[in-house]
Order: sequence, then C-alpha cells, then structure tokens
Amino acid sequence: MLLSRKLTDNISSKWMVTCLTFCLLLPLAIGTGLVFKSTPLLSEHRLSELVFSKDWFPSDNRFGFWSFIVSSVWVTVLSLIISIPLCLLSAIYLTQYAPKWFLKFMRPVIDILAGIPSVVYGVWGLLIVVPLVGDKIAPFFGKESLGYSLLAGAIVLAVMSIPYILNMLLEVFRQMPVELGEASLALGATKWETIKHSFLRKGSTGIISAFGLGFSKALGETIAVLMVVGNVVQIPKSMFDSGYTLPGLIANNYGEMMSIPSYDSALMFGALLLFVIIVIINVIFRYIIYKSEAL
Amino acid sequence: MSTQIETLLKSNLTTTVVHNNIPVVEIDKVNVYSKGHHILKNVSTIIPKNKITVLLGPSGCGKTTLLKCLNRLTDLYPDLKVSGSIRIDGDNIFDAHKDITAIRQKMGLLLQRPYPLPMSIYDNIAYGLKLKGIRNKKIISAKVEKHLKEVALWDEVKDRLKTSAQRLSIGQQQRLCLARGLAVEPEIILADEPSSALDPISSRVIEEEFIKLKSGYTIILVTHILRQAKRLADNVIFMYYGEIIESGPAQQVFENPQSEILKEYLRVGH
Repeated sequence: MLLSRKLTDNISSKWMVTCLTFCLLLPLAIGTGLVFKSTPLLSEHRLSELVFSKDWFPSDNRFGFWSFIVSSVWVTVLSLIISIPLCLLSAIYLTQYAPKWFLKFMRPVIDILAGIPSVVYGVWGLLIVVPLVGDKIAPFFGKESLGYSLLAGAIVLAVMSIPYILNMLLEVFRQMPVELGEASLALGATKWETIKHSFLRKGSTGIISAFGLGFSKALGETIAVLMVVGNVVQIPKSMFDSGYTLPGLIANNYGEMMSIPSYDSALMFGALLLFVIIVIINVIFRYIIYKSEAL
Repeated sequence: MSTQIETLLKSNLTTTVVHNNIPVVEIDKVNVYSKGHHILKNVSTIIPKNKITVLLGPSGCGKTTLLKCLNRLTDLYPDLKVSGSIRIDGDNIFDAHKDITAIRQKMGLLLQRPYPLPMSIYDNIAYGLKLKGIRNKKIISAKVEKHLKEVALWDEVKDRLKTSAQRLSIGQQQRLCLARGLAVEPEIILADEPSSALDPISSRVIEEEFIKLKSGYTIILVTHILRQAKRLADNVIFMYYGEIIESGPAQQVFENPQSEILKEYLRVGH
C-alpha cells in the first residue's frame, strides 16, 4: 500500500514535468519550424530588405513586408488605445462601485462576449463598423474613407479583446486587499484617490499583463480584421486608410498562387515575423512588469 | 500667600484632572446589523482623552466592528447597517453632511497586519500630507523625518527612503504604518490588534511607542491578549457578543471584576 502510494506520488510529479516540457517546447518547435520553412526566402534575399522594403511584387520575386508590419502594429495599437480605457474604467466600476449582484450578472455577459466566434465579429464589423467609419467618423475628421480601414479593424479588435482584458482586470481589482483600501481611506483619501494612488499601483503588474495579453490577442487576430481592414498593400497614411495585416496575408494566400516560386516560403516568413513581433512585445511587457514590481 | 498658592495649585490640579477626563469620543446607543445578525448591541461608552483605552474581549465579540464605526470604515461594507451616534469632539460623525475625509484624518489607523501603500517609504508618509494639501517639499521632508523618528524607524531607513515599503520587515512595516498615521496629525489612534502579526520584539516596540504617544494622543487599542491589556490599559472596555459587559479604569476592571464572564476571562486569559 505504502509503496504504491509512494510510486503514485513520484509518478504524478513526473507527469507534470512532462506536460510542462511539452508546453515549453511547443513555441520553440513552432519557431524552429517557421525558420526552417522560411530559409529558401532568406537565402535569396537580405533580411533587412524583406523587413523594411514596402515593395510587394511576388511575381517579380520581390517580397517587402514593411506595409504588412506597419498595418498590423497600427491596427493593434489603435485597438488597445480604444480598449484600455474602456476596460480599465469598467473594471474599476464593477469591482469598486457597482453592487455585487451587478458584477455577478456581468461575468457571464463578458464570457459570452469572449465566446462569440471571430467571424461573427467580422460580419458585425462589415455591417455596422465599416459604414460607420466611412459615413460618419471619417467625414467628421474631414477625411474620405471607404470605411474599410485600419480604424474599422481596430474598433472590431477592441471589442473582441474587451472580454479578455476585462476579465483579467476584474481579477486584479477583486484581489485588492480590503485593508489597503481601509489604510488609504483612514489617511483621509477619497475613494477615487485610493483607487488612483493605491489600487492602480498595487495592481500595476496585473494591469500590464492584461494589456500584454490584449496586445498579443489583437496582433494575431485574423479573420475579423481581414474582413474589415480592406486588404490593400500600402503604407497607411492615416487610420482611415486601408491596410493589410500579416495574419490576413497568410490566411488569404496560403495554398493559393503556389506557382510563384518562394511564395510559400514568403508566407512562412510572414508567420515568423508575427512570431518574432509577439516575442518582442512579450519581452517588453515582461520588462515593464519587472520594473513595476521593483517598486 | 502660601494658602493662596496652594489653592491655585489645587485648582490647577483639578483642572488638569478634569481636562484629562474630557471625553474625546462619546459612543451612544450604537447598533450594527449585518444580514440579520446583531453585531453591536446598543453600545454606549465614553473614551477619555490622552489615555489608552483597551477594547478587550474574545474574538468575534464586535471589538473591530466598533473600532471601524469610529472612522466610518463601516461605510465600505454595504451589508452593515449602523445606527446610533458617535461624537468626536462633540460632532456626530454619522451626520450626512460631515466631511468624512476630515473625520478620518482625526484618527490614525493601525491594522492587524501592516498594509504599506504600494509606494516608497518616503511616499507612504508623504501620502497623507499631500492629501491634506501640503505641497511644500521641505515641509514634507521634515515631517517624514520627524514621524519616522517618532516611531524609532528613522535610523533603520534613512538611507533608503526612496525604496519600496514592501521590502521592510513586517515589524518595520507596522511602525511605518504608525508613522504614516501620525503624519496626518490625528487626535486619536485606532489600533486593531496591531501586534498580532509581529514577533515579540517588534510588538514590544509598538507597545512602548503607545506608552510614549499617549501624552499627545488618545489611543484606542483592540486586543484579545490579556497581558497586553494589563501592560497598556488606562481604561478598559470589556466586550462579549456585541455588548459592553464592563468598562472603567483598568485597575478597577482587572482587580474587581463584577460579571461572571469577565471573571472567567481574567481567570483563563493569559
């Protein structure tokens, strides 16, 4: 009996290590695979040319990814600019001001929002957001736009990432120790001062993590963005211009136009770029978290 | 002449005594309910100025709730229904139009565990000062130094004022929290079992601070540790199941308990 329990005990931890190793190796395997697949392209072109050139003429064997990179980053950053304040203020309201039943009621609503397939968001974007941007928002800023634009993509993305960011932020603020609030209020702070000076700082690590997650999620989102962003290969000059994101490029073209040499490899290089950008962004967020924990 | 002086001295003496017994806090018929539970039952008492008043009693008897009523931290818990009146310097703090932040600044709060604000040691003390509207950096720095010295923490932290308060030991953190409370120049110190999470040496330091501080402040200390109560109390309020069973000067309460519950508590307590 004792032996078998000991054995189970030993095996259980081994299993965990195996699972963990698998989780750790997965990104490494994906990265290696992508590098391997993009070597044909990399052997023909210089890396700097691939990344920083905006000439995208696959039939001439010219592959410049710069416009895709710019579009992707632009859409993502814009979407975060929209979603961050929305989520932050909603989370603070739900956890600090709203009655408890309201938070309980909102949780499933947020989960439903997270469960809606992205293609549905895409359709919603096509029907509502694209006309809204084309007919209302762009003219308001004195611009002309078809509506298929970075802004439309960003709005759809912002709505899509709200449930993820909001859920994490709700956890951050719910776990705030009551005593910290008491300590601050007892010093004569108002509720808002307490939230601003104590809770936001105390929760900064979690808040930054939530934004990091939102960033990764938004950068990788494919179908919904692809449906509203216009898919024009160009360096967008404003948020009302069309763009073409990296995930959109891969999804639209993979398996097609395979007659063009290196095209397959180029798409894989696009995926590699996406992968690298996500790694870089994560490292940056980790660094910010490390810095904020230091205080 | 000498009789005159004597009378004068006597009268002075009496005034001092009277002055010392001026109630700072008058608690009148305070009831607190939480979801149908009667937590505080018709509590009325007076807390004298510049003395250490100990709220004594077993866990869960309502000591902490009573303490939180005093600076209306009960507002934070929507489930609590509070009635009655608490007068501090004659003002009823439950008056709807009272400025609650000003009331709270009359009281420094020390909790069971230290909760330093998520900022540097310096900013922990400067926080309350800035809330009071003090912007002058020289004044703030001087006060930070003064209050850190007041709690005997200055020498330990003076070279790392800008580092995070979270890195201090728990005993140091509790002293920092005391200094932070003192910085807003309260009249009253509310302490809720402030040494329960501390090692004996740190808790002794806190106790010594209290004895030093009582000349300038009215201290209300919640504890269930009888020995601590005996060491510190000038005045004792013994509570049991939400009621005040006995209260009065420490000597009287400890040496001549009236109720069976208190006698039992004093017998088994340590």
